[in-house]
Amino acid sequence: MLTLHCPNCGIQADETELAPGGEAHLKRYGPGSSDDEFHSYLFTRENPRGPHFERWRHAAGCGKWFLAARDTVTLEVYGTYPAQTLEPPQDIKDAITAKHPGWQWREFS
Amino acid sequence: MSTRLATGGRLIDRSKQQSFTFNGKRLTGCAGDTLASALLANDQMLMGRSFKYHRPRGVVASGAEEPNALVGLGTGARFEPNQRATTTELFDGLSATSQNHWPSLEFDVGAVNTKLARFLPAGFYYKTFMWPRSFWKHVYEPVIRQSAGLGKAPDAETRDADTYEHFYAYVDHLVIGGGIAGLETAKRLGETGARVLLVEQTAHWGGRAPVDGGEVEGQPVTEYIAGLLAALNAMENVTLRSRTMGAGIYDHGYALAYERLSDHAPTTQGPRHRLWRIRAGQIVTATGAIERPLSFAGNDIPGVMLASAVRDYVENWAISPGDRTVIVTNNDDAYRTALVLKSHGLDVPAIIDARVLPTDSALMAEARAKGIAIHQGHAIDHVMGTKRVRGVAICSHAGEGGAVIEEIPCECVAMSGGWSPVVHLWSHCGGKLNWDQANAMFRPDLTRAPTGDKGQAFVTPAGAANGAMTLGDVLEDAVAAAERASGDTRTSDAPKAVVAVEAPLAPVWMMPQGASIKHRMKAWLDYQNDVKVSDVQLAAREGFESVEHAKRYTTLGMATDQGKLSNINGLAILSGALGAEIPQVGTTTFRPPYTPISMGAIAGEARAEIFQPIRKTPIHDWLDKNGAEWEPVGHWRRPYCIKQAGETTEQAVHREVKNTRENLGLLDASTLGKLIVKGKDAGKFLDMLYTNMMSTLKPGRCRYGLMCNENGFLMDDGVVARIDEDTFLCHTTSGGADHIHAHMEDWLQCEWWDWDVYVANVTEQYGQIAVVGPNARKVLEAIGGMDVSKEALTFMGWADGELAGIPVRVYRISFSGELSYEIAVKASYARELWDLLMSVGKQFNVMPYGTEALHIMRAEKGFIMIGDETDGTVIPQDLNLHWAISKKKEDFMGKRAHERADMAREDRWKLVGLETVDGSVLPDGAYAVGEGTNANGQRNVIGRVTSTYHSPTLGRGIAMGLVLHGPDRMGEVIRFAKTDGTTMIDAKIVDPVFYDKDGEMQNV
Amino acid sequence: MRSYSAFAVAREAARYHMGWERAWASPEPKKKYEVIIIGAGGHGLATAYYLGKNFGITNVAVIEKGWLGGGNTGRNTTIIRSNYLQDPSAAIYEKARSLYETMSQDLNYNVMFSPRGVMMLAQTQHEIRGYQRTAHANALQGVTTEWISPGRVKELVPIINLDGPRYPVLGALWQARAGTARHDAVAWGYARACSDMGMHVIQKCEVTGVRQEGGKVTGVTTTRGDIGCDKLGIVVAGHSGHVADMAGFRLPVESVALQALVSEPIKPCMDVVVMANTVHGYMSQSDKGEMVIGGGADGYNNYTQRGSFHHIEETVRALVETFPMISRLKMLRQWGGIVDMTGDRSPILSKTPLEGCFINCGWGTGGFKAIPGSGWGMAELMAKGQSPLTDAFSLDRFKEGRFIDESVAAGVAH
Repeated sequence: MLTLHCPNCGIQADETELAPGGEAHLKRYGPGSSDDEFHSYLFTRENPRGPHFERWRHAAGCGKWFLAARDTVTLEVYGTYPAQTLEPPQDIKDAITAKHPGWQWREFS
Repeated sequence: MSTRLATGGRLIDRSKQQSFTFNGKRLTGCAGDTLASALLANDQMLMGRSFKYHRPRGVVASGAEEPNALVGLGTGARFEPNQRATTTELFDGLSATSQNHWPSLEFDVGAVNTKLARFLPAGFYYKTFMWPRSFWKHVYEPVIRQSAGLGKAPDAETRDADTYEHFYAYVDHLVIGGGIAGLETAKRLGETGARVLLVEQTAHWGGRAPVDGGEVEGQPVTEYIAGLLAALNAMENVTLRSRTMGAGIYDHGYALAYERLSDHAPTTQGPRHRLWRIRAGQIVTATGAIERPLSFAGNDIPGVMLASAVRDYVENWAISPGDRTVIVTNNDDAYRTALVLKSHGLDVPAIIDARVLPTDSALMAEARAKGIAIHQGHAIDHVMGTKRVRGVAICSHAGEGGAVIEEIPCECVAMSGGWSPVVHLWSHCGGKLNWDQANAMFRPDLTRAPTGDKGQAFVTPAGAANGAMTLGDVLEDAVAAAERASGDTRTSDAPKAVVAVEAPLAPVWMMPQGASIKHRMKAWLDYQNDVKVSDVQLAAREGFESVEHAKRYTTLGMATDQGKLSNINGLAILSGALGAEIPQVGTTTFRPPYTPISMGAIAGEARAEIFQPIRKTPIHDWLDKNGAEWEPVGHWRRPYCIKQAGETTEQAVHREVKNTRENLGLLDASTLGKLIVKGKDAGKFLDMLYTNMMSTLKPGRCRYGLMCNENGFLMDDGVVARIDEDTFLCHTTSGGADHIHAHMEDWLQCEWWDWDVYVANVTEQYGQIAVVGPNARKVLEAIGGMDVSKEALTFMGWADGELAGIPVRVYRISFSGELSYEIAVKASYARELWDLLMSVGKQFNVMPYGTEALHIMRAEKGFIMIGDETDGTVIPQDLNLHWAISKKKEDFMGKRAHERADMAREDRWKLVGLETVDGSVLPDGAYAVGEGTNANGQRNVIGRVTSTYHSPTLGRGIAMGLVLHGPDRMGEVIRFAKTDGTTMIDAKIVDPVFYDKDGEMQNV
Repeated sequence: MRSYSAFAVAREAARYHMGWERAWASPEPKKKYEVIIIGAGGHGLATAYYLGKNFGITNVAVIEKGWLGGGNTGRNTTIIRSNYLQDPSAAIYEKARSLYETMSQDLNYNVMFSPRGVMMLAQTQHEIRGYQRTAHANALQGVTTEWISPGRVKELVPIINLDGPRYPVLGALWQARAGTARHDAVAWGYARACSDMGMHVIQKCEVTGVRQEGGKVTGVTTTRGDIGCDKLGIVVAGHSGHVADMAGFRLPVESVALQALVSEPIKPCMDVVVMANTVHGYMSQSDKGEMVIGGGADGYNNYTQRGSFHHIEETVRALVETFPMISRLKMLRQWGGIVDMTGDRSPILSKTPLEGCFINCGWGTGGFKAIPGSGWGMAELMAKGQSPLTDAFSLDRFKEGRFIDESVAAGVAH
């Protein structure tokens, strides 16, 4: 039963208020992209045993989407941040580095 | 025989006699009794039968760990199987029945299994019952099922007469366990000003300490406990709940507690159980320890009990378990039981101690001084008796048994194999354990605690649950636990306790230590599931070396006590058989709940009518009163049809279609999703969401739109109206409003957050009524207030106005092919408008219609229905909806997906109309067969029915379906198979528009 | 290997069961095998078994990180059915179901397959149409199912509440020859049979790398040394993404928690398996007497084998509505497993970009029922490079947009 801090309304939200939304920071590929790119965008998901960047919606709260860095093994939440963010904030990256030196996630590290 | 002592019993009130029945026999107990103590007071030693061998069993423990004394409680709508007698508080009128026997507890035919036990070792069923093959289903399994199971199933038609509820608590500290450790820790935490919740599973505070005795800070321990309680009760930031068990610990500080509000007083008003959903900053598990049985032959005969339980029964409930009790132990603690028995004038003919100690410990000396014979280095060879203990035969512990030195008559055997900390809750969320060799127990490894959302440890054990085994150590650890939980250092020392110094325990996993196979086959580990020492050894011999394999192969620890008594003993036997150290073999996983909790409590208040609250439109009540036959649609109810007196469903549907086509029909369309999309970029946004172009729509006009998901599949459809330059109103399907709204928000917030667009779901703000049929305009004109003429409000146009003074928005759209107005109105006016339409419409033969008529009329017109023609695998091209897919737009959701190989395939099944040759209705979901079979021997198929109805308008069956090369095969007859796979129905491929192909009806 | 029978048990009883031999050997790994299967769950062991039985390939090692059958094989709710809608699914699940019927005799190990029947309740008009479609499809797929009335539902399941105020039971799709089996026994039976064919089942051996040369697999590195092979099968369910990474390719798979629970055991009161998909819950009664209950999966990536309690609440609430008499039964135990979910929720049985390396994963919530069919198809795929049972489940389907979607009943109704 997770709790995540909603960066929009500022409350510590219970999992029952939240709806998970899969991997964060996906780059959308539309017309003009290759089959590989489009396939990767739709289906190839990071599935690490460790830090995972993901989307959540405060569905039964403020209704806003936000992003979280959460460990899939320990369930530690390294931080949450607004959905309108292109790259994980440095303090969250640092928090992950403290536990997982040398971690990598697609183009981030 | 067991009986009530003349005096004593700290928990009973002898002045309040309570009458109860056991297997129909009327018995009497006292207020404060448990069912177990009351039965013992009445010499009812035999309380149940074991699972596999149907062995006679008596109570072995005094608390939650009890594996044997399970009863069926109550009757009728309040009957509950498998209730532990040890945790059932007696009340006047209690009715209990014993379980798992036929015809009676005393004479159980199933007990023949005990004679056959030798042929029924662990896992025998994996090796047998294989021939003949059909016998498993028809003979073996039914017999096994019948003899398995424990309690009687409640009657099939039982409706629980009780209610249940959920509570929420957000606290800084949850302390689980109201023994002396939990009380001390809670008090220390309470003193920091933090919010503390302390829960205790029994009705009493103090745990074992009052029975085990000792002195704290110069006071008797009972007085010290009373002081702690008083202090806690005085703290406003501390909540105490007894009869509330910590059931489970989950991630991020979530915990469940299970409060039994009226099990002990069934006539009380209010819920029976309450499930607490707790979010705690820190959780302290002060859950105590459980005594382990010893494994000797006949250790399951009624009258063999845990030494601590015997002590509890004597001290708490003034029970004599028999005139003579033999103690058998590997530690000093059991001597307390001997002393307690003696102090109540009961005989202890012998203490059989497996240890050989160089000098007497304090407790030993005290026992010896009381004249109790102590047999060091000895063991029980076997227990004599069948339905109750008659005596014990003792032998040298070092031997293999059989060489009986002495037989000692007795009625009770009190055994102690040492103690195991209750580490269940610590372990639920990943807390790890260390093996403590000195005390022969697993205890929490504080360096590997469960971690929370910040990676912080959030559970800490306290007292005996942390392996602290003496009163002084318990109190010291309780204070340390408060420090660990709060992060504060102590402001005062831990209370000082005076207790006897104990000699070390000697691990004893089998008795005598070299017990022969005959002995091992009678030495029980798991009482309820009948797992013996020999079974675990057999598992090891057969290669079931992992503790999980051994558990599953033998069923050790899988009974209703979940191995509280048996796990460590079984594990030790397994490691012995494998020649491995206990910690190398490891434990099985501890899973919630700590003890079983009622399904009713888990379900909570949301039962029956409020299981999932029904969403109601403003017109719901009118429809309900006027004959609606309801069908669930999402969380709404919609009328399938609105029946008149004496009509069948089919007649009603046909009447509704006919009347709508000929006169005037009203549909409550309020459930349609209504989303307002507003902002400078609203048009651009809708162009991305819909396959067709929405940005070119003119204010005042409507356009039918299709929505695909990013994977290309159709997900929703509906009419979009442009309200003004910046505002659109998007209609969705009834079931789709919420998820389409979420879908829009997703893209706006996460992808195109720089676009100026806002979405509001106004589904419930508006009622919507479809006024349909040749008389539709007439009724609106009769009501009056706005111009709805052909010229003023053209097809696919909308207008704001008033009808009889009610502000309305009228869309001239049609899902039936008839002249049709959909009127949106503020929800609060919807019923008024409906009533007005019904009354004014009378002269035009108005009738309401339901979803089935709606479906038939749209099918007659060849309109697709999301969920019928689509199923998540259909793309718009399959439905010949190319006209609604923009070629001009560079991008929209689904566009890229449609370019993939499989979606661009020429031979995708395409939508056509279908008419049976004989005019009958095609079965829903039928498949059209092709030639031959595929590589897996399945019949090749070339199409399927997506919608099928009897058309009252055409007087024949009509259908739509997806067919291979369908649109190129007009007029061809194909064959659909019935569910027998062989009976075929011929149907002709036709245009899906069956009625009014030129659209003349709606264009008036 | 000594045969198991009632006579063998009786004979051993005379010797106090001291003469039983190991059910499977515990060998040291060899330097090289023809085939290595990573993962000694049901699917991995079945793959090995059918490699030996159908293709005579017995130079096989099945390598397991923990203990055999310790993953989802030993954690599921043991339902076996084949009433799937899409042809490829129906084919592999029906193959599995038919193999289950004779599995006890084939393996000389009683896996207690009990064809007690599985029903899927229809509680909305939409579900009625969905299941009638399935019944039609099944008839042509060689899967025997039938649509039954509420009255027949009640006859088969006396404890059901047909007239729940929220979702009345409108009928059901009934597969009489579906049922349950003893999950652990399936793994144990296959392991014993594989061991008997001379295969090596190597437990407590973790694969740490996949070795390759020139785009072709050559073996694995493990915590017990390097082991060579000509062909490699990866059959590790929730850990597939992790092992695929080692082999240098990526999978369209995510790992989430799926939970289940059992009640305390009671005397028989429900002989069939009931699935109620509208309210998201299903229930059967084990031979031991426990009501075995399952529901939906959690929605976020999770490797903890623990789920969130609100899913348990939702499932139990749904089932208390459906079977009111369980209200006063008690939940004995809840647990979780890690299931691997693909983009279309159907499995992947496929060649991979690495030559000689094959993958079997993505069974999501439905793996147990498929075990023998999956093993049969996977063995054929590995031995011959192609199998009609697995063709449609290839990895490239996601790129082509060719999905096998069984969730079609989840559409939307007006």
